[in-house]
Amino acid sequence: MTAGIRASSAATLRLMLPAALAVTVGGLILTALGKDPLAYYGYVVKRGLLSWGGLQETLNRMAPLLLIAAGLIVAFRAGLWNLGGDGQFLLAAVVTAALGPALIGVLPRAALLIVCMVAAALTGALWSLIPAVLKARYGVNEVVSSLMMSFLGTSCANLLVKTVLRDASTSVPRTPDLPVDERLPQIFHTHIHAGVLIALVVVVAVHLMITRTAFGLKVQVVGANPAAALHAGLNVGRLTIATFALSASLVGLAGSIEILGVWGTVRADWNPAFGLLVVPVVFLARLNGYAVIALTLCLSALMIGAESAARRTDVQQHYVWVLLALLLIFLAVVEHLHHLRHKRLAL
Amino acid sequence: MNSETTPLAAVRNITKRFPGVLANERISLEFHAAEIHVLLGENGAGKSTLISMLAGMQQPDEGEIWIGGGPVVIASPRASLALGVGTVFQHELLVPSLTVIENLLLGGRWWQRMGQRAALERFRQLSGLLGVAIDPHAEVGRLSLGERQQIEIIRALWRGGKLLILDEPTSMLTPHGVQDLGRVMQRLKEQGVAVLLVTHKLPEAFQFGNRISVLRQGRLMGQLAPERIAKMSATQAQDAVIAMMFGGQVAPDADTAPGVHLGQQKPLSHREGPPRLSVRALCTEARAGECALREVSFDVWAGEILGVAGVDGNGQKHLAEVLAGQRSAVQGRIILDGTEVTRDGVGARRQRGFRYLTDDRLHEGSVGALSVAINLLLKEIGEPPYWRHGVADWDLIHREARATILRNDIRAPSERTPLGRLSGGNIQKVLLARELDRAAKVAILSKPTHGLDLQNCALAHARMRADARRGVAIVVISTDLDDELLQLSDRIGVMFQGRLSGIVPNASGVERTVGRLMTGAASA
Repeated sequence: MTAGIRASSAATLRLMLPAALAVTVGGLILTALGKDPLAYYGYVVKRGLLSWGGLQETLNRMAPLLLIAAGLIVAFRAGLWNLGGDGQFLLAAVVTAALGPALIGVLPRAALLIVCMVAAALTGALWSLIPAVLKARYGVNEVVSSLMMSFLGTSCANLLVKTVLRDASTSVPRTPDLPVDERLPQIFHTHIHAGVLIALVVVVAVHLMITRTAFGLKVQVVGANPAAALHAGLNVGRLTIATFALSASLVGLAGSIEILGVWGTVRADWNPAFGLLVVPVVFLARLNGYAVIALTLCLSALMIGAESAARRTDVQQHYVWVLLALLLIFLAVVEHLHHLRHKRLAL
Repeated sequence: MNSETTPLAAVRNITKRFPGVLANERISLEFHAAEIHVLLGENGAGKSTLISMLAGMQQPDEGEIWIGGGPVVIASPRASLALGVGTVFQHELLVPSLTVIENLLLGGRWWQRMGQRAALERFRQLSGLLGVAIDPHAEVGRLSLGERQQIEIIRALWRGGKLLILDEPTSMLTPHGVQDLGRVMQRLKEQGVAVLLVTHKLPEAFQFGNRISVLRQGRLMGQLAPERIAKMSATQAQDAVIAMMFGGQVAPDADTAPGVHLGQQKPLSHREGPPRLSVRALCTEARAGECALREVSFDVWAGEILGVAGVDGNGQKHLAEVLAGQRSAVQGRIILDGTEVTRDGVGARRQRGFRYLTDDRLHEGSVGALSVAINLLLKEIGEPPYWRHGVADWDLIHREARATILRNDIRAPSERTPLGRLSGGNIQKVLLARELDRAAKVAILSKPTHGLDLQNCALAHARMRADARRGVAIVVISTDLDDELLQLSDRIGVMFQGRLSGIVPNASGVERTVGRLMTGAASA
């Protein structure tokens, strides 16, 4: 038990040290640019976490990120690189934005929301089918095929928004608006929408599925050693397709919830590009669902805080990417040093 | 050719250790100019370690390497080349999208211009020496495997190599390619080059070697010098090498050959009723570099241990995999207790009582990143009582694993320890415990004690005998004739070039017959 505590505190340290280094070096860069790093970080924390309005935004931002992370955990556990998240996300968002307004009056609100989410999840799964089957049948590298499908997906989504789904009454091409009282309900008179709860439940469910069920263990075996999976008689092809579909459907659900909870419409050329953003977060969390929740909270707060800090301190909003990049670099360095030390101890 | 003269290069009392393994133990060998020295040994005998030290990729822990009359330190592959040692590795190291001459120019220093004209001159010189005709401007990817190997030989000799090391050079070649390689080696020998041919194939050793050394479990088991080979008949030489490779005293009498039978043998004492496992005319599909099965037939009765001997790469892998259901048969039938199971997959066969212990423990047999407990149940994921409605009962799984660990004397810190942290011997105990469970009916065990120490080896053998007495039909595939197959088997079958070249009852003096069958010198 104590060994477990020591191991987890060591893991925490391996996470905190790079974070501290990233903040320090990021601050030095800001100083070199003639900005006040303390003011910048102060705004980030205050706006992203400590102000009520900012915190609500942060929590809302967590919903799509968490769902995408859940999808990626499933895929990465199986050793599958589902990098087609953006395409799956956007197509699912467009399907939601098309179905939602069309179903008003046909279905009650609850049914409408469920139909939209299910349709979006199916859309995501469908879009992953080509890379999944290519991988399962012919061993085609899914990194390339899922990325290609992603480009196709984002383009198709755009095309749909600009043509058949375009709301004729607006000048900017976008889909018809889903009225606020048909969207996901908000929790207790706040601006936090119910999608956040759905996302939390899904992440925990995925975590339990991986760690407690036979399916989860099979997925892990395929991911850790495909040759052993074949040796043990697992149907690696079928597991590959099922895992890919599940992963993409969760990413699709993320797209749906972002529309049903926040936007109500898809504007042309809208692409938040969350799909690739979440990849490093999932690895930082070592594919652990609970760690993903904590890290996603940090990432969301950073994103929301940086958006407002950018307005007030005249630092580009994209500076948040610099911070993230620094974090990843230091993380890799610390991890590498840890491995070296481990190896020396083992010998 | 004369071992009295000073050798071109030599290793003296070389020892190399890896964690838990003594890869080379005080090996001394000499490499003479104009001589083809064959280094023979099974997989894992320590051949690759020895070469890697000559090629400068590893340093010996003890002992010296001598080149040109004095000890040298070969600190890097570049140093090895500079000392005149050229190595052609088993896995080709050419860039397929570049031309032949571009590949040969890759070794130069980065600041030097790539002088094509001088290189072409050198290429012509060396290809003349080897007697091969390859277009220097051809893209490497378009050449045959044999031609690519010739380019690797040219590259190894590029800086005036005097010792050429060829690591398992024939493994990917066609028979025709092997003959070409033989001619090239002959020409190099005539030019005064010392060739070190590393192989596990006996026929090649006799065909090409002037001097034959045998490695086994990291030690030099013996050597046939050119003068001795010259005085021996082919059969005598073979017997001597087989004795060195597989241990065992070769029976002196010459008339044991009529012990060979195909298929059914007269019933031994414990045989009752029909066989438990029958295999009829089994064939598999050949892929590049693999030896497929050709019309393999045999029977195993409950309670019997059938040993399968043979030099590695004669179809043993396909035999094991096709029996386990991991590889499909293109022809033939597999029958368990009167029921045909040829079309069943791995899972269905395991349900019926088939067990398969692979010889590739780390890459196929286990998942190193997952716990000992999970690895014990790797082939039963999702099955009750450990999983109910697909949900794991981790308490039960871990409790059972603890009991199994105790019962099988597995040395593991905990049942939750990742399997990869255990030593090789303990990993093997985990896999043996997984495959020899209560419900086993037919067990196919591939090299079950490879890498185990003597005590654990004896324990594993006792375990197999006990399981056989319980009524399991056991097929043991092994290359260890003396310490494994002769100790365990009721009968010994021999694989040669994908065929079961014979099955003989295990009796004293059977080694010679088995040895003959292994090399194709005899067949039933």
